[in-house]
Amino acid sequence: MTSFLLSLTGGLLAALAAPWLTRRFPKRSGWLLALAPLGILVSLMNLLPALRNGESPSVSLAWAESLGLSATFQLDGLGALLAALVAGIGALVLIYGGAYLSGHPNLTRFYVVVLLFMTAMLGLAVSANALLLFIFWELTSITSFLLIGFEHERPAARAAAWQALLVTGGGGLALLAGFILLGNLTGSYEIPQWIAQKEVIAASPQSTAAFLLILAGAMTKSAQFPFHFWLPNAMEAPTPVSAYLHSATMVKAGVFLLARLLPALGGLPAWQGLIPWIGLATLLTGALLSLGQADLKKLLAYTTVASLGALVMLLGINTPLSVKAAMVFLPAHALYKGALFLVAGGVDHAVHTRDIRDLGGLGRAMPLTAAAAGLAALSMAGIPPFFGFIAKEVVYESALGAPALAAWVTALTILANIILAAAAGWVALAPFWEKARKDLHPHEGGAGLWLPPLILAALGLVSGLLPELAAKNWIAPAVSSVLGKPYEVKLSLWHGLNLPLLFSLITLLAAVLLYTLRVAARSADADAWQHLARFGPAAMYARGLKGLLSFAALQTRLLQSGYLRVYVLFITLFTVGMALPPALLSMRALPPAVWTGVRFYDVILVLIIVTAAFFVVRATSRLATIALLGAIGFSIAILFLLYSAPDLAMTQFAVETLTVILFVLVIYRLPKFSRLSSRPARLRDILIAGLGGLMMTLLMLVVSYHGQDSRLASFFMENSLPKAYGRNVVNVILVDFRGFDTLGEITVLAIAAVGVFALVRGAAKRKGERHE
Amino acid sequence: MIVLPILIPLAFGIFSLLAWKAPRLQRGLALAGTSLLTASAVAILLDVRRTGVSALQIGSWPAPYGITLAADGLSSLMLLTAAVIALAAALYGQAGIDPGRVRSGYYPLFHFLLMGVNGAFLTGDIFNLYVWFEVMLMSSFVLIALGGERRNIEGAVKYVILNLLASILFLSAIGLLYNLAGTLNMADLARQLPLLGAPNQITLVAVLFLAAFGIKSAAFPLFFWLPASYHTPPVTITALFSGLLTKVGVYALIRVFTLLFTQDTQYTRTVLLILAGFTMVTGVLGAAAQTDFRRLLSFHIISQIGYPLMGLALFSQSALAASIYFLVHVMLAKTALFLVAGLVESLQGSFDLKKLGGLYSARTGLALLFLLPALSLAGLPPLSGFFAKLALVRAGLEQGQGVIVAVSLAVSLMTLYSMTKVWNEAFWKPAAVPVPRRRLSAWLWAPTLGLVLVSLLIGIFPAPLLELSNQAAALLTNTQPYLEAVIGGMP
Repeated sequence: MTSFLLSLTGGLLAALAAPWLTRRFPKRSGWLLALAPLGILVSLMNLLPALRNGESPSVSLAWAESLGLSATFQLDGLGALLAALVAGIGALVLIYGGAYLSGHPNLTRFYVVVLLFMTAMLGLAVSANALLLFIFWELTSITSFLLIGFEHERPAARAAAWQALLVTGGGGLALLAGFILLGNLTGSYEIPQWIAQKEVIAASPQSTAAFLLILAGAMTKSAQFPFHFWLPNAMEAPTPVSAYLHSATMVKAGVFLLARLLPALGGLPAWQGLIPWIGLATLLTGALLSLGQADLKKLLAYTTVASLGALVMLLGINTPLSVKAAMVFLPAHALYKGALFLVAGGVDHAVHTRDIRDLGGLGRAMPLTAAAAGLAALSMAGIPPFFGFIAKEVVYESALGAPALAAWVTALTILANIILAAAAGWVALAPFWEKARKDLHPHEGGAGLWLPPLILAALGLVSGLLPELAAKNWIAPAVSSVLGKPYEVKLSLWHGLNLPLLFSLITLLAAVLLYTLRVAARSADADAWQHLARFGPAAMYARGLKGLLSFAALQTRLLQSGYLRVYVLFITLFTVGMALPPALLSMRALPPAVWTGVRFYDVILVLIIVTAAFFVVRATSRLATIALLGAIGFSIAILFLLYSAPDLAMTQFAVETLTVILFVLVIYRLPKFSRLSSRPARLRDILIAGLGGLMMTLLMLVVSYHGQDSRLASFFMENSLPKAYGRNVVNVILVDFRGFDTLGEITVLAIAAVGVFALVRGAAKRKGERHE
Repeated sequence: MIVLPILIPLAFGIFSLLAWKAPRLQRGLALAGTSLLTASAVAILLDVRRTGVSALQIGSWPAPYGITLAADGLSSLMLLTAAVIALAAALYGQAGIDPGRVRSGYYPLFHFLLMGVNGAFLTGDIFNLYVWFEVMLMSSFVLIALGGERRNIEGAVKYVILNLLASILFLSAIGLLYNLAGTLNMADLARQLPLLGAPNQITLVAVLFLAAFGIKSAAFPLFFWLPASYHTPPVTITALFSGLLTKVGVYALIRVFTLLFTQDTQYTRTVLLILAGFTMVTGVLGAAAQTDFRRLLSFHIISQIGYPLMGLALFSQSALAASIYFLVHVMLAKTALFLVAGLVESLQGSFDLKKLGGLYSARTGLALLFLLPALSLAGLPPLSGFFAKLALVRAGLEQGQGVIVAVSLAVSLMTLYSMTKVWNEAFWKPAAVPVPRRRLSAWLWAPTLGLVLVSLLIGIFPAPLLELSNQAAALLTNTQPYLEAVIGGMP
């Protein structure tokens, strides 16, 4: 296991070496880089015997234990199946990409990101810790974002990358929340622990919420209805990327996750109650929408959506048979769909169009590509002796065993399969063997372009001819690890005369009919699809995003209006509102008001302050305002004096005098006084200012009622002379007991001085510039 | 030793004042000062890790009569992070601050700002905290105003008036608290307040503190000063502010709500939780409405403040630990992003996303410098933002707080939206005018790279910082060691 994990770093090393290799061997860089995934594949094969014996080797490293994250890697049959696809197709895609993007200025970036993606995907396949799995999950989303936006100068590519990231990213967050719910429930994030505690999970009311959140994550990643729309848009990516990420591997991550968690969550009623229908809806959506596509890649993308739906449906049905069907269909689909995407890319590369209405007659000039296309299409159409045939048989068999409405499920599955089989023809037969409608000047590309699809397609044939080999080495261990017990898998081309065989026959005949009608090419022109699209989830997504953005703009204009007075208003209102509940509660504790010891000069001073304050807000000249403010200040100073704080009063006197003098000095330099706010606005302001004042008064009242004498004063009094050698206690407090405060305050003064200097200097400089 | 983070910037501030006519010397002093500061912060962190809490009675006047400085896990982590950010800003400022600003006293202000920040992290006295807030406010105000242009002054005026409002509330709250308990030492207050038997009155004072520090930390609906002013000064200053100022506000909230107001907490914690949610949402929506790189980042500061507030409101040890980890993460990542915005601006002469473009093709390194902290901010693994989010969500779900968890996750998706919007516009979109091929000054990219690497490090190897955060949080939920270190066994 350790050696396998070490081989994974080969992908990272290759990513590091890619820039150098691309410069040094511009023609052969893809072939060289493919050695890394091939090495991984070999080291995986070494572990196959152990896996066949039911072992699942694991390695655990500490990472962030306090959060439940440990780097626990475990290889089981399921992980091995996915890892083999990722590494094997990865090698072919690197070779193919090197040829497809040969001479492209960003070829290096393609290699680097594809290799990073591959490593993340392999990590996902062998993660046994849910948080670790999540980390790899998100890494595949980010690398997918970078790859969809590979041709980032095109707005459509940017938009598609963004959409894919936001949809899968949103699902990822749901997934994380679901994982954490399960983690809190079971006290662990190790997936084997979850499986061991499946009774605990089944008994908890929280587990349905966790299940739904996890399901949402899987649905976005595997493009399940209604989140399927990002996948066809992701066809903006270069074709090797589409083949690798958006058909063969990354979009299978959601399916993989469901399979991984099936032993832990499969027992929940929602599993069988919900997942099959989501899968079936996706299967039908993908199949039906593929009818309207004329672009080879889009057509393939919709059939991919359909196949992902079938996989999800099979896992949802959750019988040993359906799990087996899923594990057979998963590699079968990866092989033929990967090949077909690469073929589509080869066609695009040769004749610079992917529109099936224009394509035709390429077979003679591109025989090898045509061969790959034909082999893959036969597998996709489910024709014996291809692997796709075996897969389709077991799918039908499972549909018949669906937990509810088995007849409907089967019928609809057949319907979808008819369309998919016809689509195989449109993609792989028509462009090569039908008559050309345009002069396309086709030519066969280099080996890098035809060999990878040919290998994939040929594997589909070999696995079909020797099904026991695939069953024993790959399928059986995978099914066993999903079911959590050893399960023997027998695959063969001939099952005897039974219902699935009959269904296969029906499918084929209907598909041939559908193919000859050329529905796809014709209906691509029809407006009906456009009308339908307006009600689709993609349109809803766009509307939702737009609505959110307009709301964002509106709320920002409201809150961040640019007016200082509005800000002050918000802050005052908020503070008052927040203080209100505790203020009302504490008011109840207040005794009835008693007037004691009110002296007549207190009353006079308060009256002066109140009157002056009243006139300050009504004053229409600055001088009057300053004078009135001065009156308020001096009255407060006298109040300090009366309440035996002479030092405070002296300070206040000094400050007030200085303020008035400074104001008078600058008053003639200020602009003319004017009233800007309207009458209602002023009334509102008075109200709010009054509220603020009232609240502060109330605060003073309720708090001072509970007030205590200072615990510090006596210490200051006693120690001022003997310990600090000062008779003036206030001075000693300022320079000794709390001298540190004073240090801060003088710093403030120094800063203010710098500020005044800088501003005056700036003003003088600007004035100078104006004069020049 | 723990007074060093205050004394070093003070000394270097004074040196810079003395070197008024020697701008080059001042630039050198900034590097020396922040390096020393970082060293002292490391020393304090190591010391505190060993001893738990270390306290210093200024002038040897015993607590609660004199002023006490205290460094615990939270303080020391904040000190170190702030010092690292200051060091990066000092390096970046070598090329990022124009000679005019240096002649107007940029460097003394820079040091005094750090003094205020560190003072706030270290003080154990509530009035002394006010003093440090004033030092911070005054120096940051002048730093914004330094340019002397109309928009600088406008931003600075809004900044200072709204922050003075916070000061008034803060000071009133201190007055009321002193009236209630007769003491200013925070540890002493922590012991006295429960004995008063006036829970509603204490809550009332707590609310005033919440409003005052809410303004300082730019929480909803008190954040207006931040978007009004952060886009006006040079990016070095914005980056420094984004890393430090609001975070001191959050620090103060954490400090007073874990140390002082721990009695009747249901009301304040509910308010905090609601504010946290609205802060995240309004901030991120504000960002979504922006088309200016720097304004967009400024709104994200607000949004990200909601997360540590959420941890504070949840108040379990794991939630507080998550808040602390989050603070360190966001201080580093956010500052790095502002520095990247500055790099972009120095290349293309604008912060306007509509005018930017083509940087991914022309400047792959710069693109990576943006992408890593941006994705970290959006909480993508295995970056620091992911672990911060994970820790918070875990803590939230442990307490069954599904709503705030859902909000925090939705906001992180919106953050991803904003970050990728910047990516699409500035990096992917073809450039309107060719990106200049000239080399970027190493003074600019090296500190940016440094911050990105530190941020990457605490993401890929989160365990040590998580451990430190956890220890710090333990001292916040059990304040006994803090009280003993500050006032000893005295009742």
